[in-house]
Amino acid sequence: MAPFLTLERLTKTFGAQVAVADLSLAVPAGEILCLLGPSGCGKSTLLRLIAGFETPTGGAIRLDGVDLTGLAPHRRPVNMMFQSYALFPHLSVSRNIAYGLNGLRRSAAAARVEELLRLVQLEDFGNRRPETLSGGQRQRVALARALAREPKVLLLDEPLGALDRGLREQTQGELRAIQRRLGTAFVIVTHDPSEAMALADRIGVMDKGRLVQVGRSETLYERPVNRFVAGLLGDVNLIPGTVRDADGALVRVETALGPIFASGESAPSIGAPAVIALRPERLAASTIDGVAAGDRNTLDGQVEASIYLGDHIRFDIRMRDGSTIRANIPAGTGIASETHVRLSFAPDAATVMAA
Amino acid sequence: MKRLLPVAPYLWLAAFVLLPCLITLKISLSLPATAQPPYLPVLDWSAGIDGWGAFLEALDFANFETLAGDSLYRDAALSSLLYAGMATAILVSVGTPIAHALARSPARLQPLLVALVIVPFWTSFLIRIYAWIAILKPEGLLNAGLIWTGLIASPLDILNTPAAVMIGLTYAYLPFMVLPLYAVLSRLDPTLTEAAADLGASPTRAFWTVTLPLARPGIAAGALLCFIPMVGEFIIPDLLGGSDTLMLGRVLWSEFFSNRDWPLASAVAVLLLVLIVGPIVLFRDAEREREDVGR
Repeated sequence: MAPFLTLERLTKTFGAQVAVADLSLAVPAGEILCLLGPSGCGKSTLLRLIAGFETPTGGAIRLDGVDLTGLAPHRRPVNMMFQSYALFPHLSVSRNIAYGLNGLRRSAAAARVEELLRLVQLEDFGNRRPETLSGGQRQRVALARALAREPKVLLLDEPLGALDRGLREQTQGELRAIQRRLGTAFVIVTHDPSEAMALADRIGVMDKGRLVQVGRSETLYERPVNRFVAGLLGDVNLIPGTVRDADGALVRVETALGPIFASGESAPSIGAPAVIALRPERLAASTIDGVAAGDRNTLDGQVEASIYLGDHIRFDIRMRDGSTIRANIPAGTGIASETHVRLSFAPDAATVMAA
Repeated sequence: MKRLLPVAPYLWLAAFVLLPCLITLKISLSLPATAQPPYLPVLDWSAGIDGWGAFLEALDFANFETLAGDSLYRDAALSSLLYAGMATAILVSVGTPIAHALARSPARLQPLLVALVIVPFWTSFLIRIYAWIAILKPEGLLNAGLIWTGLIASPLDILNTPAAVMIGLTYAYLPFMVLPLYAVLSRLDPTLTEAAADLGASPTRAFWTVTLPLARPGIAAGALLCFIPMVGEFIIPDLLGGSDTLMLGRVLWSEFFSNRDWPLASAVAVLLLVLIVGPIVLFRDAEREREDVGR
């Protein structure tokens, strides 16, 4: 799909503080893009820049070929769903949703409100005041109101942040279903990696105002470009070393635990320091005398601690150099505390990153 | 002592609000007399029950009949309401933009700006109204300035006119309108106006459809806070208005001090109280109804 919303070298500074730094990004029509990062990484500022509540210090925002950069918020064909929902407390649910429809004839606006109430399953709540609704209902009113003007891009700031856990999972599904039906591009800001993975077609990870990596959930999880992305998306073992040899995507890294073969599409050059990212669930464990398949990396150590977690056991294994490797192994292997174990993993399971 | 504490506020109200009200009411039902105190009947405590009976029998509504019969009092009441109502309208339209600007100014400037609104209170009210005489009189600052700019050739007659009274009322009561409004506006969630803008509302439309309706409690509080004392205002019409400026406060003053007719003055005070309590009750009922509709 062709890019629809494009951010070109966007920068925003508040005094000496850089909120968004030289950020470029293209969002195709109909995509759900999640901006993921810790609080203060600039993701909310980025959303406010697109909505027009902040003026960029540099760069441009284009939507469907139109430059939005200098446009006031009320003239932009984008809508935002606020983290606090920002529902108008003095207006009924219907009038909240109709607020953006004042260009329409009265009957057309009423029909549109009906349609939106149906979309978010709040048909019987049109006359209620927001304060009388539950958190989940308010969230859906906010969504309906933001969709009323048929925005080309919908911006959602922590859309599920105020909901409790069970409701959040259900709402994730509903949000995706609504997006698929309407085909509107969604840009969602979240600090919750599992939410980003559940919602997004692509995730953009932000750190200190920069876009660190953009890609599908699998890519970010399996092939992170740096420690920050690797650590953000889940538990990860980081093994420092030096790049020795590269054969296509297969890289040999010399580490304190011996040579390790790993995948490295974005690996540093030969001789450069590197870090290997290895997910705990990609490790297999056997007793020390067990034999691993020939092309697999092996790491020998001793079990230091184990926690039974139902679907798997989490082992912390002390390596011979004193470092600890975490391995999530299915229960029933007979490995107990103090056992000497041999961990093995395919080169494909590990990723080489710049140190 | 401990048991007294919860009822202390009620004792205070009884001693300094209820009792004076009752005394005023009682005097308003008396008749003037050349005596000390200058009204009759006076309750004779030593006569016991009989004294009370004679006292109650002597009370009558003659003063209220006078108020109803003499057009002077009706005109004064109407014109007081008119002055106070118009001044309140002006105060709302002048005070709202000021309070809005205050609430929107940078957070670190706000305490200073609010202090500036309060600064006039450091000078006596009376002195500030006297100062307006110097501004408004024919050879005063305002006329001198207007003549200097060439807008007018000869001084305007502003002092001792209804216009001067309106200027004085607006000036003196502005802080009472701005402060409660500012209190409400500064607590308004700024994302609400952002949401309005996001939904296509121009800043003007956002102000009328979101900010203003949500500021209603502040506007109402400010309007009552100004309207009530303005109805009974004495100093401003006395100093800035002409001798024909008719307001209840002035009538009350002349009945009391010039005519020494305490009972009639008390009756005017009672009338004033009724005039003021009326709007408050109406307002409260309207607010309650509004809230019920919202449920």
